Parts: sequence; C-alpha cells; structure tokens
Amino acid sequence: MATLEIRDLHVSVADAAGASREILRGVDLTVAAGQTHAIMGPNGSGKSTLAYAIAGHPKYQVTSGSITLGGEDVVSMSVDARARAGLFLAMQYPVEVPGVSVSNFLRTAVTAVRGEAPKLRTFLKDMNAAMDALAIDSAFAQRNLNEGFSGGEKKRHEILQLEMLEPKIAVLDETDSGLDVDALRIVSEGINRFRSRPDSGVLLITHYQRILRYVRPDFVHVFVGGRVVAEGGPELAETLESEGYERFIAAAGVPV
Amino acid sequence: MSALQGAVEAAPGVSRLHQRASFDPAEFGVVTGREEEWRFTPLRRLRGLAGDGPFTDGQVAVEVDAAPEVRVDHREREFPHRPGSMIPSDRVSATAFARAREETVLSVAPGIVASRPTLVSVAGKDAGATAFGHMRLEVGEGASAVIVLDHTGSATLADNVEITVGDNAALTVLTLQDWAADSVHLSHHHATVGRDARFRHIAVSLGGGVVRLAPSVRFAGPGADAELLGLYYADDGQHLEHRLFVDHCQPRCRSRVEYKGALQGARARTVWIGDVLIRPEAVGTDTYETNRNLLLTDGARADSVPNLEILTGEVAGAGHASASGRLEDEHLFYLMSRGIPLAEARRLAIRGFFAALIAKIDDAGMRDRITASIEVELAGVGRA
Repeated sequence: MATLEIRDLHVSVADAAGASREILRGVDLTVAAGQTHAIMGPNGSGKSTLAYAIAGHPKYQVTSGSITLGGEDVVSMSVDARARAGLFLAMQYPVEVPGVSVSNFLRTAVTAVRGEAPKLRTFLKDMNAAMDALAIDSAFAQRNLNEGFSGGEKKRHEILQLEMLEPKIAVLDETDSGLDVDALRIVSEGINRFRSRPDSGVLLITHYQRILRYVRPDFVHVFVGGRVVAEGGPELAETLESEGYERFIAAAGVPV
Repeated sequence: MSALQGAVEAAPGVSRLHQRASFDPAEFGVVTGREEEWRFTPLRRLRGLAGDGPFTDGQVAVEVDAAPEVRVDHREREFPHRPGSMIPSDRVSATAFARAREETVLSVAPGIVASRPTLVSVAGKDAGATAFGHMRLEVGEGASAVIVLDHTGSATLADNVEITVGDNAALTVLTLQDWAADSVHLSHHHATVGRDARFRHIAVSLGGGVVRLAPSVRFAGPGADAELLGLYYADDGQHLEHRLFVDHCQPRCRSRVEYKGALQGARARTVWIGDVLIRPEAVGTDTYETNRNLLLTDGARADSVPNLEILTGEVAGAGHASASGRLEDEHLFYLMSRGIPLAEARRLAIRGFFAALIAKIDDAGMRDRITASIEVELAGVGRA
C-alpha cells in the first residue's frame, strides 16, 4: 500500500534570464492507495508544476518540503527511479520522439519498470488488448512515439502507457483537455480500469469539471497561487462549476 | 595530361565550386592544409597520401560476389585514359588515378536487371603500406543493379570509383566504411547520371581512423534523379569526412542529399561539406540537402557546411538545412519518466535519430548489417 505524501512543498523554476521564480508555495497533499484526488485550479496556478515536480523534471527545483512514496524520499530519486518506484505522469503535452516506435518504447518501459523483459508474445497480447480497449488502431504500435498524433491520440496513448506500466500512483495532468466527448469517455474508461485495480491511487489535475462526471473523485482540492486553498468532496467541483474560481482567488490573496 | 581545366565550363569564373581538375597530381600543388578543400582534414594522419611519396607498394584484396547478370573484370589499367574518363579534382585523387595499376570493372548490359545485390569486398591487410585503387561501375541504358562496396581491415588507401548510370537506368551504390581503427581511406566517387536515370548512393562510415569520402554527381541528361544518403558514427579519435558535390548541369533533374551523424568521444570529429551547383542551363532543378549531427560528448566537433550556388533564375526548388546539437532533454525526460534509465533512453533516442534514414535502405540484409554495427557503437553510450 503506497501513499504519496507531499508536505509543505516549495518549487521554483528558472526563467529564460536564469532568475529563479517560486511557483509552488507550500503544497500539502496526501494520496493514499485506492483514492482518487482531483486538483482543480485556474490557469497559471501551478497545477502542472506540481505534476512535473512529482515526476522530477529537471526544470523544476524543489527548494523545500518533501515528496515521499510509501515513506521513501522521492525528491532525491532520478526521474527513471521515480517511475520504477511506482509513479506515473500522464503529460499534458506528450513529447514526440522521432524514430522510436510505440511498440519498442512500451516494451522497453515495461521491461524497466518490471525489472525483467516480458515474453514477447505475452507483451504483444497485452498491448493489443490495451490498445483495443482504448480504441487505438493497431497500426499505432509501429508509429513513432507521439509523432504526428492528434491531440486525442496523444492522450489515449498516455492512458495506454498507464495501463501497461501499472504504477502505484498516477498523476494525470489535464488528460481531459482538448478531448471531444467520445475520446473523453474512452480515456475516462481507461482511468477507471486503472482505478479498479487494488491499491492504485490517482491524482487528477484538471481545468474543467467535465471529466469528473466520468471519473468520480473521492476528494477535490482547489489550487490557487501555488498551493491548496480549499478542500472537499465531489460537491466542491460542482460549486466551482457554478461559481468559478474568483472567490478562491480573492480569498487566497495571491497573484495568479 | 591536361593543364588545369575549368570544370565549370559553361560559366567560367562564375562558380568557385570545384573548378580544378587534372590528371597530374603536381598540377594541384603541394597540399598545405590552408586550402579550402583540405582545411578540415588532419594531413599529418594521412601517412603521406596527400604528398608526393615515396609510396610503398601496399595492396587491398578486392573480391566480388556478383549477381549473375553483372560482368566482372579485374584488369590492368589502360593508359592513356579512355575518352569520357573522370578527371581527378584534388591531389590525392590524381595520385590514386595515376598510380593505381589495376582496376575492377563491374558492368551491366543495357536493359538487364541484376537479380540480386553485387557485393564487392575491399579488405585491407596492412595499414603500414600505401595502396591505390580504381573501380568502374557501369550500368547500361535501361538496366538496373544494386552494388555494395564493403571496406574492412587495415589499410592506407586512396582510390577512385567511376560510376556511369545509363539513360533510364537505375543504380544503387552502398559503400560501407567498416575499417579497423588504424585505417586511412581517401576516396572519390564520380557518378555520371544519364537522362531519366535514377541513382542512389548510400555512404555508411563507422570504422577507420581517417575516412574522407567525396561522392559527386554530374547529370548527363535531363529528368534524372540522384539521392545521396549518408550515415556516420564517429568515436573518440576518429575523423570521418564526407564531401558531397551535385552538379546540376542539365534541366529538370532532382537531387536529394541527406546525411546524419553521431559523435561520441571528446576527440570524435566529423566534417560534412554539401556543395550543390545549379548551372544556368539547369532550369527546373529540384534540390534539397540536409545534414544533422548528434553531439553525444563534450569536446566532439562536427563541421557542417552546405553550399548552394544557383546560376539560373528558374529552379523548381532549392534548399538546404544543417543542424548540430545534443539529444533533446525533453525526449530523454519523457523516456525516463517511464522508468527507462538514462543510458538506455539515450540509446533509444540515438537509434531513433538514424531510424528513418536506415529505413530508406531497401535491402534487408544491409539494413540488418548497419543496424548491428550501430548497436556495437551504442554499447559505448553511457561509458563515453
């Protein structure tokens, strides 16, 4: 049972001129196995910074506070070690990697995360089943990673990886953005399949309330000015839907 | 032997590209390293090939495994030269032209289709002696063939390869420089490509201490197509140099040049020169050349110099691109965020860098051979 614990997390990013700017200003968050947490917030509130800081993107510097997974210090881990420890980040803007096929990439990643190479036949069977479930054409396996994928294809491909890599905690960074209703439903079903596995936790970062109709969260956190300013159950998302973020922005008293 | 001839006969004095041509090495003067065409080359490592001897009597073993439709002749060179011969364009090429005593001639009669690739193995035995070679690849009108030149072993070799592609013919030449680390190889490939013909030249340079390969294409009729592909992987201490020249001297021809290289090791060194000349008569020319270099280690140096000279106002398309850089941090982050360790992520990205180029090689056997050779290079990733 792995719990992701974030305590008083401060994160800075270096701008183009090299000056350091603080984006996260003391985030506290606990995602236990079996729970789904939604983080909602306006643009520029630091939601994606939180996602990247958890994954260990080198652009983001943790200046104080802690991130632990099952009690293990995550901040000191390399990017790949975090993934092998059980963290997964579905990216808002998945990166195109020329010349690396989806199939080869997935097999390499599965091998790295499991610590041993899966049997090729088993792997192909699992991959094809996972692709079918996400309505991904089988020709995708031979295409280059994210190259020429539409926005919806990229997001479905992120969820394909989620299902193949079986992490303990999945951070989904605006996986719903830019999806039409059909794609949103397919992606949500994939997230729900992942959630139905025992002991898996989800941190769902979103700008919109729409996905929460398909992926029902246990907890909702409102993120403004680089920290959590309000917390509640699923009903909080509905409040945000009708009232917007203004009240929280004003209460937080911070620039966004 | 002629005096220096203006290779740019149609527009004397207009183009500065490849003006010099002579059968006499002395006509080119002593190579000092200050000349434009020699300034990137480590002359001290050429074991005297760019000088005037004395040359030791080295040999390379040439063996041909030919398709049944390909005629093979090993014979004494003919002096003086037959009409239509290539004319060397630098001192080393002229020296090799004058000193090579034998030649290997591969010919395909007009209208004949070679049923399988023809493999020419050039094996060096001793890098301590200087060897000179000469080869002619001739494909008649409407014929087609694939010829692979496979260079291995230890040698100090200067050679010329004369390539003639007849009207409406198709020829692919794949030259693999897989030499031992002590080898020095300076080579010119002169191709003349006939009307409506299709010529593909693929250079793969992985081994050797110094490799300097100069493929050139001159169109002999309109409507022809030349594709020059290249792949190189320089390790610490290797100098791999490719000098391309495409001479658009006929209307409505198309050329594509695409070279990709990786450099691994602080003293890895590559040079790519891409000269394209579009003469006044070459209206409707369509040309594009690219060179990309992947610098995998601090201190490695890749020079990349595209030159496009356009002497007509009526081109269909003409352009070039050159870029040298490191592996993209965002690519590595994405791969690593899925648990893939750094060294493995780098190998994946490097394989990916070459993948589209290798996919253009039709012959599966050659693709596998090149892929396997690159895997050997990749085993050093992470150690460098």
